[in-house]
Amino acid sequence: MSIDWLLIHSPALIIAVPLFAAFAMPLIKKLGNKTRNGVALATVLLIEILVIMLAKDVFASGARSYVFGAEPGLTLPSGYIVPIRILFHVDGMSAFMAIISATIALVAVIYSLKFMEKETALDRYYLLLLLMMVGMFGMEFTADLFNMFVFLEVLSIASCGLVAYRIHLADAPEGALKFMVISSIGALMVLLATGFLYGQYDALNIAQLAKELQFNFIDKIALVLLLGAFAMKCGSFPMHQWVPDTYSVAPAPISILLVVSTQVSLYALFRVVFTLYGISSNVVVVGWYLIVLGLSTLFIGVTMAIPQKDIKRLISYLGVSQIGYMLIAVGVGFSLFANPVEFEIYGFRAIEGGIFQLINDSMYMGLLFLVSGALYYRIGTRNLDSMGGLARPMKVTSICFLIGSLAIAGIPPFNGFASKFMIYETVYRFNPIISIVAMLVSVLTLAAMVRAFSAAFMGPSLPEFKEVREVPKSMILGMVILASMVVFFGLFPSLIVDNLVEPAVRALISRPSYIISLLGG
Amino acid sequence: MIHNIPYLAVVALVAIGFWAMIFRKNLIKVIIGIAIIESGVNFFLVALGYRSGAYAPIYTHAPSGQMVLPVPQALTLTSIVIGVAVLALMLSLAVQIYKKQGTLDTRKGVLKK
Amino acid sequence: MQSILTTPSGYWDPLMWLFGLAVAIGFALFIRSLGQKSYNKETDQTKPFISGNPEVSKSESHVKASNLYWGFMESLKSYYSKIMRFHTGNVNDYVLLLVFVIAVMFLIIVLAGVI
Repeated sequence: MSIDWLLIHSPALIIAVPLFAAFAMPLIKKLGNKTRNGVALATVLLIEILVIMLAKDVFASGARSYVFGAEPGLTLPSGYIVPIRILFHVDGMSAFMAIISATIALVAVIYSLKFMEKETALDRYYLLLLLMMVGMFGMEFTADLFNMFVFLEVLSIASCGLVAYRIHLADAPEGALKFMVISSIGALMVLLATGFLYGQYDALNIAQLAKELQFNFIDKIALVLLLGAFAMKCGSFPMHQWVPDTYSVAPAPISILLVVSTQVSLYALFRVVFTLYGISSNVVVVGWYLIVLGLSTLFIGVTMAIPQKDIKRLISYLGVSQIGYMLIAVGVGFSLFANPVEFEIYGFRAIEGGIFQLINDSMYMGLLFLVSGALYYRIGTRNLDSMGGLARPMKVTSICFLIGSLAIAGIPPFNGFASKFMIYETVYRFNPIISIVAMLVSVLTLAAMVRAFSAAFMGPSLPEFKEVREVPKSMILGMVILASMVVFFGLFPSLIVDNLVEPAVRALISRPSYIISLLGG
Repeated sequence: MIHNIPYLAVVALVAIGFWAMIFRKNLIKVIIGIAIIESGVNFFLVALGYRSGAYAPIYTHAPSGQMVLPVPQALTLTSIVIGVAVLALMLSLAVQIYKKQGTLDTRKGVLKK
Repeated sequence: MQSILTTPSGYWDPLMWLFGLAVAIGFALFIRSLGQKSYNKETDQTKPFISGNPEVSKSESHVKASNLYWGFMESLKSYYSKIMRFHTGNVNDYVLLLVFVIAVMFLIIVLAGVI
């Protein structure tokens, strides 16, 4: 079992190892709680290593396909050649998303070790957490629309179980049911669109479909369904209302995985727009659709965040508004897709800004949710009104919250500034008004975060929090990992942009090379 | 015209499902709406897989001739299995909501604003 | 340098920015050190001046979250009453909005090509 063997089979292993570990969890539980936690941690660590190995290879030597089942070039008795095989295709963008998912999952498991200790049925908690990872990686790697639907459902069902994990709370089942209704209706729309495309082209493979796509009436209906479903799953206005309901009732480590799962839906949206439809669709209309959705998401998200009394709802609404930045940046890039000159000047940089924002968003949103979880762990409430003066006993937590809030508001030198700076500049060239609204939203984000910080951490120490201490070390470790990444990404932005973001964007926009690498010249 | 009837039925099923999800205020009825949409989508996939004059892909010793590619049937089976899991999960959550809040009215949720 | 991020019309260098920040902080501290040295701790000089009213206890004076930004909320009341009414938390409306978005997109993308 050499390194090469691992590398060749890593796309399958990244799915198979957590899947196997997940269903082994109820058995491993019999060996004791320490072993169970150890196995969960070892699994996510192994996945992180595999993902980094795979991503390094993909960035260096181009996309990698993995074939399940029949030999390539299978011909039916009637002489009809179909890509009947099940394919995984890992290009730069998939590898980039996989790095985000694996890192956040690692942090979530480290944080969960202590955070969830007092809960019962933890074997099933880790089972569902690993299944969530399976769903995310599956959606990122698959080159097949139907597989995308299946992994979307795996992701939704596992997340729904975890959102309802603290079922003894009055609001947990409600948040979970809303999430499940939204997810299943979105997934059914995806399936309907898949049916439309299959009925026309007899193929489910994204590359095969992209090659044959004519953008006729039926294709347009499929595009509308896919855009609607994935825009809802990534929580864009006006379909964003399920996001705060769901994030606020889930345990904090699950909230950060839910943030990543919305980003995976965003990835699916970009994959549909760029790879499946690409230049053959009406790029200006679709680009403006993304821009308008992004602008309204930005504005409504942040204005709803300001009056919130529940700290997790406040952070969730900010998370909704952050998705808007990515939609705007990528929408601007996509609407210039048919115009190579302007695309080269600033369209490409706009998409880079959006994708850089994606990784930054997962880091600081994760950090903020972990801090809100730390508060919940110590004082047992999410209500901002009953907090105050917590900076005195919880110093590391409050510093982490400060770093996270400065990053989300786009204050230099943290990572949020670097990506938003790229977005402002490039979008300004496209249309100054969009850029100005985005900057205004950044200011309002800072206002919302200042309110949360001053309500929870500042002020005199309250008598009811005399006994509060700092949270346990493994929770601190989870927060510090994310906080140091926020600072590092902020101090060395071009290191990340050149080595991670640029290959991802190149892979995302090069539709012909996706088709060629899967189907041959 | 006659071969379009399955597709008309699909449209009707999806429309009825959406109507139930939008205008019925009982959570159980909303969930039933999802189940109806799902049957509509499954029906659509099965209808796509029908080819007149060809053999259904279920015979081991089929007579020689055209045989239908069984991909839509496979998709439908997968989708049905997923649908059962989703339905069971949602109904169990509805039971929990009734236990906690004493009502299944969608307008009386605690999570809002 | 690995830290300089070039954009179409300029560049962003966080390390240089940090250096500038350090210089600015040093300058501010320098100006501060020029101030009067006659400040005494442990005297009435450190007490807040509230026109002779009795000082409320520290924990009483904490401003709760819902009281922060009162003016902001008051001046934008008409906007917030509308937007709060929109966020019903009703799962029927979530589905309705999805149908609405799909319908609008259908009009823009599909029908625009037909007509």
